Amino acid sequence: MATCIGVDIGSTAAKAVVLGEDGTILFKAAIPTGWSSSEAAKSLWTAMEEMEKAEKKPLTADARAVATGYGRVSVPYADKTVTEISCHARGVHRLFGRDCTIIDIGGQDTKVIALAGGRAKDFLMNDKCAAGTGRFLEVMANTLALDLTELFDLAEDGKDASISAMCTVFAESEVISMIGRGRKKEDIAFAICESIVARVSAMCGKQGGGREFFLSGGLCGSEYIRRRLSDTLGAPVYTDPLARWAGALGAAVIAGELKN
Amino acid sequence: MHDEFIHDTLIHDVESLFERMRDAIPAGAVRIKEASEAGRKIVGCYCAYTPFEVIRAAGAIPVSLCSTSEKPIAAGEEHLPRNLCPLIKASYGFALTDTCPYFHFCDIVVGETTCDGKKKMYELLDRLRPTHVMQLPQTYLGEEAKRAWRVEIERLAARLEEFFGVTITEDALRREIKIRNDERRIMNAFYDLSKLSPAPLSGLELHTVNEFFKVSFGDPKALELIRELTRKLRENHENGQRRVADRRRIIVTGCPTGKSLEKVFNAIENNGGVIVAFENCGGVKPICELVDETLPPYEALAAKYLGIPCSCMTPNVKRLDLLEELADEYRADGVVDIILQACHTYSVETFQVRERMGEKDVPYIAVETDYYQGDTEQLSTRMGAFIEMMV
Ligand code: SF4
Ligand code: SF4
Repeated sequence: MATCIGVDIGSTAAKAVVLGEDGTILFKAAIPTGWSSSEAAKSLWTAMEEMEKAEKKPLTADARAVATGYGRVSVPYADKTVTEISCHARGVHRLFGRDCTIIDIGGQDTKVIALAGGRAKDFLMNDKCAAGTGRFLEVMANTLALDLTELFDLAEDGKDASISAMCTVFAESEVISMIGRGRKKEDIAFAICESIVARVSAMCGKQGGGREFFLSGGLCGSEYIRRRLSDTLGAPVYTDPLARWAGALGAAVIAGELKN
Repeated sequence: MHDEFIHDTLIHDVESLFERMRDAIPAGAVRIKEASEAGRKIVGCYCAYTPFEVIRAAGAIPVSLCSTSEKPIAAGEEHLPRNLCPLIKASYGFALTDTCPYFHFCDIVVGETTCDGKKKMYELLDRLRPTHVMQLPQTYLGEEAKRAWRVEIERLAARLEEFFGVTITEDALRREIKIRNDERRIMNAFYDLSKLSPAPLSGLELHTVNEFFKVSFGDPKALELIRELTRKLRENHENGQRRVADRRRIIVTGCPTGKSLEKVFNAIENNGGVIVAFENCGGVKPICELVDETLPPYEALAAKYLGIPCSCMTPNVKRLDLLEELADEYRADGVVDIILQACHTYSVETFQVRERMGEKDVPYIAVETDYYQGDTEQLSTRMGAFIEMMV
């Protein structure tokens, strides 16, 4: 029985999804990418092999594999590489099943993808700048000595504050001066989240938008960000517990279409 | 000065022809050095609006100055604002640091009032080398604009006559117009190759020939090399030889291209595409129209050069028409618009280009970049996804 492996080597996390012939998810794993994409790819392979042994399920034997993400070229067992944009589109289609606009706030870049007929129709990516990306949030959270979950939790109780700088470096100094002026941490957290929500919403507007949005990628676990995006866009933003796997899932779906 | 090109012109295979062109590109500077030392006058140029024919009719050699590397940008930024297009900063930086050999040997520079950044930069450049700036009308429409541009071309001629102590005769102008037209015909015949399917050469190779043409300085032997390459490639194609796999056919448009932008070409060609035409100033845009040889020379030159569909013109519908025409002729699967950071005119124009390509159902993407190589990965993702969408 041939399985389909999808591997997504992103800038912060590396993920793998294995689909059985009937399309069920047999395996999924996520690890930090670390400093080497090929090491991460190898670790994921080892994890698959271990599970194969432990559960006696065929995973790697006879498999077809598609790699995606910025480290996609460093996956030695991949039969093909596909960009994360196409993979996200296919993955979200599998999870959501409807045309929509996908928002993927990644570690290095944020993408807004128009999904139509199950495939990417058009997309926008932030221009070589950390504003509006996960990296921006990380840097800001760090400045406040918080992790991302804590940042979102605090933001819930914040209000009436904003960061005007788009550039991460300048925004950080704004945050520092807010701390210096004695602003409540909640308000600063709120301002940080609003900044990214505004930036991402603007990208959605530029893309032409859609009536329905879907939040995939790393931030899909944040109910707060999802809600704020929905409020700002004035449209429903859906997600799925598996949405952070969308890239790897889409890669596995594409692997399923590869000829042997 | 033409020695490098003297080889037996018997049979050359395609690869060795490309090889010779690649070698000749850096050697172009040496040829200009020799020409300058032999007493030839050198005129530095930055823009496609520069009427080469007038410069040549004055007995001088027009050369394209270096402008497409990230290296001199930091130096350029010592005098120029940071948020300026990299082409302007690099052009100025090269001159300031004396690292462009062509600039080093040029006697005078000819500039045009195209975009605001460039025209103000020329004021600073004038301190480093005499710089003659041609006042470009903002529109190619109407007789008045054409008349104004004709006056500017005549003013350039007068400046060169005075500067070099020569006389530009009508005969010389007619002769140079004919020669330059022949060069354009050679390049157009070469560009026509990529209308074949599958494309007989890659976009990177196309770009190499463009760069080689830039340093041919009207040398008949260099031009013969391009002719021979064209012949050979066509012949091989007709014999069923395939050098490039059947790939998605892409037209590149937008700001002028150059060495530092090869990262975009690679991103396209390493991800399932092949560039079949460059609509930019390094490609078909300034070449596709000839100078009318039946008209009085200045009038003919004014009409031709003012007709270049650059985004500094308003309106610039001609560029959209040209792109549409090229998309048909080259059977393009997609159009990639390269925008240099802080180039407002091309950047704003992406809206109209997107719209026009949309009407034609030609997939279109605009990418903004500069000369630094840090976005190679991102470009690869963008171009890859763009090409993957064409199923
Ligand atoms: S794009 Fe316009 S300004 Fe730039 S070289 Fe071409 S004609 Fe000149
Ligand atoms: S690329 Fe744009 S900003 Fe730069 S010189 Fe050309 S027209 Fe001016």
